[in-house]
Amino acid sequence: MSENKFKLSSSPHIRDKVTSGNIMLMVTIALLPASAFGVWNFGLPALIMLISTTVTAVLTEYIYEKLMHKKVTINDYSAVVTGLLLGLNMPASAPWWMGALGSVFGILIVKQLFGGLGQNFMNPALGARCFLLISFTGPMTRFVYDGVTGPTPLATLKEGGMVDSMDMLIGTIPGTIGETSVIALIIGAIFLIMMGIIDLKIPGTYIVSFVIFVGIFGQFTAAKPGFFDLQYITAHLCGGGLMLGAWFMATDYVTSPITKKGQYVYGILLGILTGLFRLFGGSAEGVSYAIIISNLLVPLIERVTLPKPFGKGGEK
Amino acid sequence: MNQCSERLYNGLIKENPTFVLMLGMCPTLAVTTSAINGLGMGLSTTAVLVMSNMLISMLRKIIPDSLRIPSFIVIVASFVTIVDFLLEGFIPSLYAALGLYIPLIVVNCIILGRAESYASKNPVLPSIFDGIGMGLGFTVGLTAIGIVREIIGAGQAFGYQLLPIADVAAGKSGYVPVTIFILAPGAFLVLAGLTALQNKVKNNAKRKGKKVVETASCGEGCASCTNSACGGKVFPAGNEE
Repeated sequence: MSENKFKLSSSPHIRDKVTSGNIMLMVTIALLPASAFGVWNFGLPALIMLISTTVTAVLTEYIYEKLMHKKVTINDYSAVVTGLLLGLNMPASAPWWMGALGSVFGILIVKQLFGGLGQNFMNPALGARCFLLISFTGPMTRFVYDGVTGPTPLATLKEGGMVDSMDMLIGTIPGTIGETSVIALIIGAIFLIMMGIIDLKIPGTYIVSFVIFVGIFGQFTAAKPGFFDLQYITAHLCGGGLMLGAWFMATDYVTSPITKKGQYVYGILLGILTGLFRLFGGSAEGVSYAIIISNLLVPLIERVTLPKPFGKGGEK
Repeated sequence: MNQCSERLYNGLIKENPTFVLMLGMCPTLAVTTSAINGLGMGLSTTAVLVMSNMLISMLRKIIPDSLRIPSFIVIVASFVTIVDFLLEGFIPSLYAALGLYIPLIVVNCIILGRAESYASKNPVLPSIFDGIGMGLGFTVGLTAIGIVREIIGAGQAFGYQLLPIADVAAGKSGYVPVTIFILAPGAFLVLAGLTALQNKVKNNAKRKGKKVVETASCGEGCASCTNSACGGKVFPAGNEE
């Protein structure tokens, strides 16, 4: 190493051990409880779906970067996270090639064509999910559980029916592979918070503003709960993709604001949009659309909330 | 006739209005849900373009410079009205599919652009061929986008079922259409994909040493342009309506 003693280079000179690869590996580990529960809950089709989306995502990234003579970045696990998140967002009853097609779209069009990791303008997994949701509305919204095609608790709730919050907490309900078990998702989220990968700013403001919105405006829906009806709010918190979205997808580094104030604005925006779509939108779920619309507004939020350097600005 | 064939080449390939100039994006994105619609829109525009180019070229010495834009619009609007009535009378199904976009040909920037940059400065015959070239270029662009969207989004081409559609309920396997391609986002995806493809083909040709003429926004580029008052301000590339 003696010949490298006087290496000349521009800053930064001191590098942290934390790399994108490390962070993405942590996120992958944090998603494992939810994935395992999904496979236990929905059986073999769920496993096939998760493998299909993850493998296709990694392969697409590898082939594209080989063909374009770029540095191959599949070692940073970002494609694995994208594929896994997409798989967790798919119903287990959808054919496996649908997940693979979604992975190709997410990696190729949403991520690589815009410049790869760090340049994507929206979350690739959610972009892919919305692409599939618009293309194959039927298979993407048919949820089979225990051999029976039934409505998700959120759909029941929208029609004005009652749901069992305990089942929703554990996750033995119809839904997409990874969204059903709140407990498994929270375990992953606590792991990420302990490791310092995410903090509470975005998920916290997201969930709090969502609760306030649902508490106030829930009474105008078919279920007609009271003002801040506890059971209704719990059902909305545990149902659908809120937990998966809030902890794992809204907190994506690339597509969320970097300024502190911006993160609060982003969280509140997410909460209001999700509430709006869920209570008054056409379908029962709205987390995906809320997150990708907020993703698109991130550059604007960052521009408005950019802190002033010390000594600049102020009273004239 | 050399100039005429050059005009055709210019409109179809060198300055293809859809893939190179990126003009007339509104009808391009809106009506290309199927190949037939793209073809119909392209041919309607071509008809208007040829007629208006011809008439404007004939009247180019009479029309005062300060009143040229309103005069062009009046001429174009008359032909659009004729095409509108003809379509309504003879091809009602296409008329219903294209709807509002037929009257909107009046403000299609390809037509006004050709009138301003070519027909108002050149003799009648080359202007007619300029109209044919540009119109066919637009037609080819729209039809190509329409075919791709129709095949991926519905498994059809020109309304003919190419790929058998899967029926999940009956357990019949087959092609599952990717519906997003006949919806609005599909138009952007296909347009971008085809534009990238033709750029790739042109770049490859350039690398092999073939002569590919650089694109200029005003017909021949500002160097050979006779309108000294323009100064590159009147029709910068990609000027939308």
